[in-house]
Amino acid sequence: MKGVTLDLVAITRRIEESAAMPENMRPHANRWRRFSDWDDRPLRLDKFAVEDAASGFSAFTSPYDPKPGVTLASGRIDSMDGVLARDFDMIDIFIARYHLDPQVAIEAMAIPSLEIARMLVDMNVPRTELVRLSRGMTPAKLAEVVSHLSSLEIAFAYGKMRARQTPGNQAHVTNAKDDPLQMAADAATAVAFGFDEIETTMRVARNAWSNAVACAVGAAVGRWGTLFQCSSEEAEELKIGMAGFTSYAETVSVYGTEKSFIDGDDTPWSKAFLAAAYASRGIKMRCTSGAGSELLMGFHDRKSLLYLEARCLCLQRAMGVQGTQNGGIDGAPVTCTVPGGMRELMAENLIAVWLDLECASGNDARATESEIRVGAKILPYLVAGSDLICSGFGSILKYDNSFNASLLNGEELEDYLVLQRDFEADGGLTPVGETEIMEVRSRAVDAISAVLEEFGLAQPTADMKQSVIAASGSDETRTFSGRDIALISETIKERAITIIDVIKALARRGFEKEAENLLNLVRLRISGDYLQTSAVVRNGRVVSAINDPNDYRGPGTGYRLSDRRREEIVSIRDVLTRAEVLRAEAIHKPAEAARVLYSAIGPAVVGGDKRDVVIGISPAFGVKLFQTVAGHPLSAVLRALFVGIAEGGCTARVVRMRHTADTSFLGLSAARLAGSGIGIGIQAKGTAVIHQRDRLPHHNLELFSNSPITKLEHYKRMGANAAAYALGEMPEPIIVPTRGEAMGSRYHARVSLIYAIETEMTSEGAAPEEIDVTFLGAPT
Amino acid sequence: MSSRPLSIADYPLAEKRPELVETKAGKGLDEITLDGILSGGVTLDDLRITADALRQQAEIARAAGRDTLAANFERGAELVDVPQDVLMQVYELLRPGRATSKDELSAAAKTLRDNYGAENVAAFIEEAAEVYERRALFKPRF
Repeated sequence: MKGVTLDLVAITRRIEESAAMPENMRPHANRWRRFSDWDDRPLRLDKFAVEDAASGFSAFTSPYDPKPGVTLASGRIDSMDGVLARDFDMIDIFIARYHLDPQVAIEAMAIPSLEIARMLVDMNVPRTELVRLSRGMTPAKLAEVVSHLSSLEIAFAYGKMRARQTPGNQAHVTNAKDDPLQMAADAATAVAFGFDEIETTMRVARNAWSNAVACAVGAAVGRWGTLFQCSSEEAEELKIGMAGFTSYAETVSVYGTEKSFIDGDDTPWSKAFLAAAYASRGIKMRCTSGAGSELLMGFHDRKSLLYLEARCLCLQRAMGVQGTQNGGIDGAPVTCTVPGGMRELMAENLIAVWLDLECASGNDARATESEIRVGAKILPYLVAGSDLICSGFGSILKYDNSFNASLLNGEELEDYLVLQRDFEADGGLTPVGETEIMEVRSRAVDAISAVLEEFGLAQPTADMKQSVIAASGSDETRTFSGRDIALISETIKERAITIIDVIKALARRGFEKEAENLLNLVRLRISGDYLQTSAVVRNGRVVSAINDPNDYRGPGTGYRLSDRRREEIVSIRDVLTRAEVLRAEAIHKPAEAARVLYSAIGPAVVGGDKRDVVIGISPAFGVKLFQTVAGHPLSAVLRALFVGIAEGGCTARVVRMRHTADTSFLGLSAARLAGSGIGIGIQAKGTAVIHQRDRLPHHNLELFSNSPITKLEHYKRMGANAAAYALGEMPEPIIVPTRGEAMGSRYHARVSLIYAIETEMTSEGAAPEEIDVTFLGAPT
Repeated sequence: MSSRPLSIADYPLAEKRPELVETKAGKGLDEITLDGILSGGVTLDDLRITADALRQQAEIARAAGRDTLAANFERGAELVDVPQDVLMQVYELLRPGRATSKDELSAAAKTLRDNYGAENVAAFIEEAAEVYERRALFKPRF
């Protein structure tokens, strides 16, 4: 032990010494430093596991997975996937009894799996036929079939097989304080963005009632029809549903091994009973299952993740639930640690929709710290569509998500809106402007405050309300204490306040619209229309797999963006227009007029002086455009070039080109007019080139292509270099330092619009014009 | 209930067949209004699904080829009038290790059958009892 202590002292000293040196000078082990760079990337916070079927770490196949098979004895299932009926565990029994149709089984199990896999991606084989065959297929068979598909094929088959045609999405609405004011504001915000369902839960279990009332009221602001869930303990959740606050449930979990199921404290019969209980209360319900849950619970039976999940899904169809929340869910992070993990999550979702279940397709628990993996994970779902693409898109900030951070969160919501626009894909959301968001947030906070006041539960102050309306997250709110909130919640429960009381309170306080919206939602229960598969409410109508069935049969069929829906999706904020660019430029016109005077003095001629350097300016330079993309006034840029040329011992002459706006041709044309044979071409956006009379157009001497980061100092040095070339010297080329910024994405839209203004002013064969430039006043 | 089973053309009922949709007290959908709530004429009981509605939805689900979903709606129809606490007691009893013998589940099944006419649900619980015995689930777990 003593030796170790001495070593530590020495190591500590060495670390201190090296810490005093600059980073890239420190002594290194024999290592390519790129690995150190990679070590620092968020990706490296993700940990990966080796494929090890015996330990449950295998996505698609395990040597311990059974071979698909069914035998019948007197019309009943006698064995399934290699297990005799007398040895069935409770999951096998339930699947054999309620999922498998013996007659279809004879037919479906005889078709080779590869052939069925091809049917899944064959647009000529209708969904209905594949759904029929699924009823005769065992878990091992379903898993074997989808294992034949690549990720692309799975995504395609998913788009074809999902039950409802129109895609949708679900949001998480929670906050770290369980604050009812923020809950209402964020619920209204989620509704405005177009979520079909919102799900809440709480940090403190007893706050369930306050969360439920606040979310229900918030979700009633704006359009009506967003279904709402409060994830809580089973009995409590059903009670909250009975009081009318919630309209769906999805926390009924099932597992793929008997021991996991029992540790989950349920059986297929207890869960199926619960499913019937929810139906009896008119509440929409789906089960939850996902790869990795058995692994996390320690009873994976050495089976592949996909096979276990196929069992869960057959079980859910057998129980008679309309849908499933599926695709890893809480097990998604562990699933994504194994090879093929993300493909497996897609494959299990495919089995879900093939079994004709509504699918809230995961994409919730954040399975990675890498934003690239996040984007890659969501894309297949975005383009294929899904009943609910995320079974919990974090509409709030990561730290406010009481379920834990989602794959996509409030921070990244706009990225998702742009992905919809990029791929012209309906991800279920709609961009909303700042004014509308402020309106719905204010309205929601006022509405829940009115309800709390009507019940004598609380008196939110103006300051509390204001802080919540503007808050991005709960760190920024000045609101109730945790104790206040718990009291509000317990009082709601004790006084048995119901949705009827809330509707009355809203109406009494002038929130008739919200009262009507809440009533409309709870009235859905009477007919039970929204209990059918994949039901959501759109424009006041129940839309489900029955009246909006996915009829994909190839291009021109299935879900397509309508013109109106496309318009909604593409209308993101801060989009450039030509008029806007011109308006922005015009603002600088008066200031430039006070700094520089351009006088046209006739057709340009070839200079005779060996020190004559010509600056060829573009057609709109100083006429319609007044500053570079970097924001330098064009007068300042010209002045810098003048100074540089003069300091280099030459004289500058300005010529406006009319026949071209292209930098190379501006430069070459200028060079041919220059007595020195050296010219500078410059566009109004700031792109500039040094050219020489005898060179080919695109083979210049120096080019400043990164105009957004080109500084006045660079233009001055460019002038000096042009002068040096004119005098026959060989100067050090000027480097505009770049750190690899995504320049194009920031500037290209504006640059293209600006450049179009330039090219519009050109005319074929127009002669260059000599310009007398007078600088007015001091340099800017 | 109509004599001919409902089809998918009848869906959504609230839109296509509103005359079939009524509350337990016999109110039509158009009577469930904000005014009704404010005057006290409409209560929480009017906002509950009925056994008839669930059976109608079962017919539609079956017509859409979803037999297991239909069976769930039919079980749900039998539970509409079962009080919340009874519902939760039966659920609790069905969880692993709660009942210590088949008899407890059989008794629960009998109660539901005798008191609420819940024939399908009762049979379902009796089936669970058989399976629990076979899979040794009548052992207390805590």
